Amino acid sequence: MNELLRATASELAGMIADGEVSSREVTQTHLDQIAAVDGRVNAFLHVAADRALAAADAVDAQRAAGEQLSPLAGVPLAMKDIFCAQGMPTTCGSRILEGWLPPYDATITSRLAQAGVVVLGKTNMDEFAMGSSTENSGFFVTHNPWDNTKIPGGSGGGSAAALASFEAPLALGTDTGGSIRQPAAVTGTVGVKPTYGGTSRYGVVAMASSLDTPGPCARTVLDAALLHQVIGGWDPMDSTSINAPLPDVVGAARSGDIAGMRIGVVTELGGEGYAPGVEQRFAEALEALQRRGAEIVEVSCPSFDYALAAYYLIMPSEVSSNLARFDAMRYGLRVGDDGNTSAEEVMNLTRGAGFGAEAKRRIIIGTYALSAGYYDAYYGSAQKVRTLIKRDFDAAFTTADVLVSPTTPTTAFTIGERVDDPLAMYKADLCTIPSNLAGNCAISVPCGLADGLPVGFQVMAPALADDRLYRVGAALEAELAAGWGGSLLDQLLASPAGAYLEGGLR
Amino acid sequence: MALTPADVARLAELARIRLTEDELSALAPQLDVILDAVAGVAEVASADVPLTSHAVPLTNVFRPDVVGPSLAAEAVLAAAPAAEDGRFRVPRILGEEQ
Repeated sequence: MNELLRATASELAGMIADGEVSSREVTQTHLDQIAAVDGRVNAFLHVAADRALAAADAVDAQRAAGEQLSPLAGVPLAMKDIFCAQGMPTTCGSRILEGWLPPYDATITSRLAQAGVVVLGKTNMDEFAMGSSTENSGFFVTHNPWDNTKIPGGSGGGSAAALASFEAPLALGTDTGGSIRQPAAVTGTVGVKPTYGGTSRYGVVAMASSLDTPGPCARTVLDAALLHQVIGGWDPMDSTSINAPLPDVVGAARSGDIAGMRIGVVTELGGEGYAPGVEQRFAEALEALQRRGAEIVEVSCPSFDYALAAYYLIMPSEVSSNLARFDAMRYGLRVGDDGNTSAEEVMNLTRGAGFGAEAKRRIIIGTYALSAGYYDAYYGSAQKVRTLIKRDFDAAFTTADVLVSPTTPTTAFTIGERVDDPLAMYKADLCTIPSNLAGNCAISVPCGLADGLPVGFQVMAPALADDRLYRVGAALEAELAAGWGGSLLDQLLASPAGAYLEGGLR
Repeated sequence: MALTPADVARLAELARIRLTEDELSALAPQLDVILDAVAGVAEVASADVPLTSHAVPLTNVFRPDVVGPSLAAEAVLAAAPAAEDGRFRVPRILGEEQ
């Protein structure tokens, strides 16, 4: 494969800064890879080739003028279609927003532009980030690059698949219940859910505002840290943004020193319902961390058993409120406006036609959970469970520096397998949801294959201790790569299943 | 508890979503399964546990009261389903009797 496609973001940035290659060539190579393989993968909803090449040219001109480049300047990125980018289609995977061109940029979009990161286009996702497979996208299903009959995870399946098919070295996601980490796990890539409030939500289409967390996706832990550094930090435009400095995530990723660190295995996140292959890879990863000098302890977080239930009350409640803005009045789809039909009826018709099945399910559950007579039993109880989960985390972090678990109980399931069983779909997020409810940070790092499909290893750290994720993630990545003689994705490229990915040569 | 298609229709109207008969009959049993699964939260939510609505406790976040640029009206109206005379054009909001 073309070395520009296999290179990490960090390597590409170095080559561009040194003048070994132009950002235009790097960008064009990735656009060519998209043209060659995306017919199979379906990662992108929109490819912004001209705009990307113009951004690349701007970075090349800056360099030619002798200007100091940012650490990721000129490097291409695949953007989940939930981030507003002025003049670029932003659908959030929904027909109700088809054709919408945002009149403004998300804070994260602006920060990427300032850093010279080149946005290749917008990636597919479950509608309004609701799902674990991209099967809820209003447009099409994305295929797992490892096995095109399998799901790529969700909701950020497009971003994860773009990374694993070497269409982009960097990507963006949002994580409300696992939408960055679970796709990372099932595609053999790295995904980080930062501390809630550590990355700005301004200009990011809202799903559940008390849980939504934008974050970096990449093929290596260091690349994720470099992207985190660009997008993270306080934003006065987001009232829930934390006004505190971002810890040194890049330094932590470069160090990978975990000697003496206490790593807590969460008892409740394993056992029944977890695939044997997943548990086996997880156990081997623990041994790898031990070899690097970490101490493994076991911790119990009994309230985690109720996390899924609490999440599927809190999140739909917030969804039912947030998605009320899609009312056919100011932007987006409008159906049935014949000059006589009332505004209320136009809303009914538009929302009935524009929302997919999962969005409807969640809005209705939220409407029910918040309705008089049920509010205390459902929404109120779920908020109490949220307190208990936070307490479990607080207690666990007194005996362990980080907590670990498999990222998701199984490897990628087959496309179509869970579409008619919403509850089975929801269980993909069993291990990732607790960190969203408590607001702490977490990462998924590849830890091997089970039946030929990637397995993810999750590390959770306290709020504002995002650097610990990168320290542990980098240690695991290095130790496993030493044993494998390369990265997990190298194994895909070396196998017949990955032969089609070699198509992007110019 | 069992949600009937009529219950779902009522909830959907509250949420301003018009569902077809097929959707109503498919959704009712699915929502039942989900609501059954989430009802477990009541088991541990005892009276002495305080509520958490948000992971980061913040109150009254203000910015300095200074004038800044806002979006141009034309840019915003360009995304509207219908606009007229520099304003959003919306469907009729009053009924015959009003």
